[in-house]
Amino acid sequence: MIKSLVAVFLAAILTENYVLSKFLGICPFLGVSKKLKTAVGMSGAVIFVMVLATAVTWPIYQSMLVPAGLEYLQTIVFILVIAGLVQLVEILLKKYMPPLYNSLGIYLPLITTNCAVLGVTMLVIEKASGDPAFTYVSALVNALGAGVGFLVAMVMFAGVRERLETSDIPQTFKGLPITLVAASLVAISFLGFSGLVENLIK
Amino acid sequence: MAQKKTMLQEFSKGIIKENPVLCLVLGTCPTLAVTTAATNAIGMGIAATLVLICSNAVISALRNVIPDKVRIPAYITIIAGFVTIVQMLVKAYAPAIDESLGIFLPLIVVNCIILGRAEMYASKNRVIPSMLDGLGMGVGFTAAMLLMGIIRELLGTGCVFGIPITAGFVSPIIIFILPPGGFFVFGMLIALSNKLSHKKNPETAGCGSCPMSGTCSKLKAEGGCDK
Repeated sequence: MIKSLVAVFLAAILTENYVLSKFLGICPFLGVSKKLKTAVGMSGAVIFVMVLATAVTWPIYQSMLVPAGLEYLQTIVFILVIAGLVQLVEILLKKYMPPLYNSLGIYLPLITTNCAVLGVTMLVIEKASGDPAFTYVSALVNALGAGVGFLVAMVMFAGVRERLETSDIPQTFKGLPITLVAASLVAISFLGFSGLVENLIK
Repeated sequence: MAQKKTMLQEFSKGIIKENPVLCLVLGTCPTLAVTTAATNAIGMGIAATLVLICSNAVISALRNVIPDKVRIPAYITIIAGFVTIVQMLVKAYAPAIDESLGIFLPLIVVNCIILGRAEMYASKNRVIPSMLDGLGMGVGFTAAMLLMGIIRELLGTGCVFGIPITAGFVSPIIIFILPPGGFFVFGMLIALSNKLSHKKNPETAGCGSCPMSGTCSKLKAEGGCDK
């Protein structure tokens, strides 16, 4: 049990990295990775919302939509639940936990339309439909891993971008193009992890 | 006559001048993810265009009814409704496309292009121009993805639309259909479009054009958003 959870967790961070191999959450990855501080803040908010969103949408799907035969409403229900949830969390944090709100809160409105969050809630449902051993706990661990994977990619990339700032780049490549080429090189390094988790935990 | 001309402009601006992918840098996630083959790029493009036209039309028709404060949730609901319809249509009539697009089909709902056009254009303009704007942006999106799909498929597998072109005498560079190739080709295309248009480079993945930019003023104050 624990073994399979560890496998799910590591796979979500390394082999199935949401940013670098699934292309989910590219906008914040490119937009807020310029400074390490904001990269960490954004990732913290993403981890938090991913786990929370999965914790809420999984029971809704399994115990409300499936018995009623309304699986096709998944998209519309999930996005509304996530949007409402993010709003609620923002209000609650503002009222009861101002220090946490100050460090995470500013990123929350951006997360509603982040495809990584909607993506993780849908992918765990997809995984569960093909594998009966994939339970609610695995889904939560998967969401946590996906968030941590996002953090790893953001922090790594923030480091790369700080170096880019001081380098001499051809005019045409300044700004976004060179950032994308750098992202491509970081993604190559993540290809090296393929097969790692399967071999590590058998 | 003047009216006709502006109508044409509404349509054509999305294709070259304000191409959503290469100039405004919106909708990067699907652009990178589904362009491993030209067919996928077209499938995704058509699906997104349909959603864009319909949601622009409805949002424009309801622009005086939706209260300003809840407009984003209202837009998301409308868009999600059309995404569900398109999802069901694709599942029924093009199951192969559904298979290869996978999760990115439902994820059209959070595609910045669609929400961005709703916020920037459809909420301020009449129904017909909004639909044309949606069509133009959709065609621009499809064209950019198709270009990327052709390049990646040709270099990565030696085929275009599954038809062998260079297969046999040039060995394919598989990395181009893997994730790193996506970032690389996209970077190159944006550099090329900068070079051709001689415009100032987009500094970053459009914070200015992000539909949420209004709500993230605090983030800007923090210096988080690059612009």
